[in-house]
Amino acid sequence: MRDVAIIGVGLTKFGELWDVSFRQMMMEAGARAIEDAGIDGKQIDAMYVGNMSSGQFIRQEHISSIVADHAGLVPIPSTRVEGACASGGLALRQAVIAVASGIHDIIVAGGIEKMTDVLTGQATGALATAADQEWEVFVGATFPGLYALMARRHMYEFGTTEEQMAMVAVKNHHNACFNTCAQYKTEITVEDVLKSPPVTSPIKLLDCSPITDGAACVILAPAEKARKFTDTPIMVAGTGQASDTIALHGRSSLTSLRATIEAARTAYKIAGVKPDDIDLVEVHDCFTIAEIMAIEDLGFCKKGEGGKMTEQGETVIGGRIPVNTSGGLKGKGHPVGATGIAQAVEIVQQLRGEAGKRQSDGAEIGLTHNVGGSGGTAVVHVLRRGD
Amino acid sequence: MAVPRFWREIPNRYNLVGARCGNCNKVLFPPRYICPHCRRMGKLEPYRLKRRGKVLTYTVVHAAANGFEDQAPYVLAIVELEDGPRLTAQVTDCNTDEIKIGDEVEIVFRRMGEDGQDGVIYYGFKARRV
Ligand SMILES: [Zn+2]
Repeated sequence: MRDVAIIGVGLTKFGELWDVSFRQMMMEAGARAIEDAGIDGKQIDAMYVGNMSSGQFIRQEHISSIVADHAGLVPIPSTRVEGACASGGLALRQAVIAVASGIHDIIVAGGIEKMTDVLTGQATGALATAADQEWEVFVGATFPGLYALMARRHMYEFGTTEEQMAMVAVKNHHNACFNTCAQYKTEITVEDVLKSPPVTSPIKLLDCSPITDGAACVILAPAEKARKFTDTPIMVAGTGQASDTIALHGRSSLTSLRATIEAARTAYKIAGVKPDDIDLVEVHDCFTIAEIMAIEDLGFCKKGEGGKMTEQGETVIGGRIPVNTSGGLKGKGHPVGATGIAQAVEIVQQLRGEAGKRQSDGAEIGLTHNVGGSGGTAVVHVLRRGD
Repeated sequence: MAVPRFWREIPNRYNLVGARCGNCNKVLFPPRYICPHCRRMGKLEPYRLKRRGKVLTYTVVHAAANGFEDQAPYVLAIVELEDGPRLTAQVTDCNTDEIKIGDEVEIVFRRMGEDGQDGVIYYGFKARRV
């Protein structure tokens, strides 16, 4: 297997982009990544696109062809990858595996979701298809409902508080203020979160990530060729993926995601690193409790101490391990299929030292953590400076 | 939901019929076609689950799922049944401030919701505190 490097990244603005189409977003992110990599489109051998549900959001399947077509890159192979909200992370992993295998050299890994062409009720209904339709959604479960079931149990077992969850939202909104691509560039307070309308107790409106349009792209190359394109290649040091039951009730633990633990174990092993070696992370904070569980499951604190770790300020920029410097899904926005790629874009910019006012000083090794559904899929990547 | 898709699961939803594996004796619900513990060595046969269980976790749903708007706010819980399996169910006949982790419940037969345009009314199970 060959070592793989990221040589270019690109992101659209995230938000409710009523004046921008699916096709336009994908081309914008792609063009930025290609320009950043300093390659010519003709050098691209293949593409992978993460997308959860274009069929439900824009009534268009077969977007792999659309993306190759509109990029002017036919006839190169183009493949859509789906794993609910982990679609982007899975697309990145498929692209990494393809470069590592030697079958392709230069690959575009993209992610996209156009979520605001349908009404909010239709969008939440589309997202709910990532849960078990027969045995969760049929009885009245929603996505915030499933995460609320985890949050309530986490509070019961470990004493995690609604204030600690609110602190995740406050931090991520603060970080998003320094990200020009972010959906929300407004500071909020713990009190704002606690007073926001109840959605599924103990989850309130400001504990939830928003509905977002957006696209993201990274360009991959074999490490031995990466220096031809960039002085600061970022190595994909490790990749891990794992599955779990689709229904939350099918799992032995309701307070940790086994798929996260297993995916991280594999990624750490391949990269030859431990949680202590990681300088910063982008985790899947679709709800604030998800970030607290993620920092525990990824090994940055003991199980049950994620709330306390957040409260003690260890996850802010400049803290022991900055979490979601981009603003995360909560502040930057969560265009579901794009999220896994956008996380990699953030870590690359941080490791290059190009993150501006949200820069985490001296970062050498970063990690991305992308989850599908309530934890039926998880994918983790370890990225490290190439020099 | 198309009618056959619902109709197929009626024995499971109305009578809480799951499966028991003759090889490892584990009880499985919702139904499965392969025992996840024994895989091809498993011997699944229909098994009607006992209806008693306890609440492992719960939430009060204010922003209802599509088709459940007229029931909000409602309590949703994960219940561990006496036979071992866990399921997600609404807790019926319960004020939203009464529910606690550890509450004993029994599974009862209730109207679930309806499909907006088709107007088909679905029945299934809910949990009731005992
Ligand atoms: Zn068995």
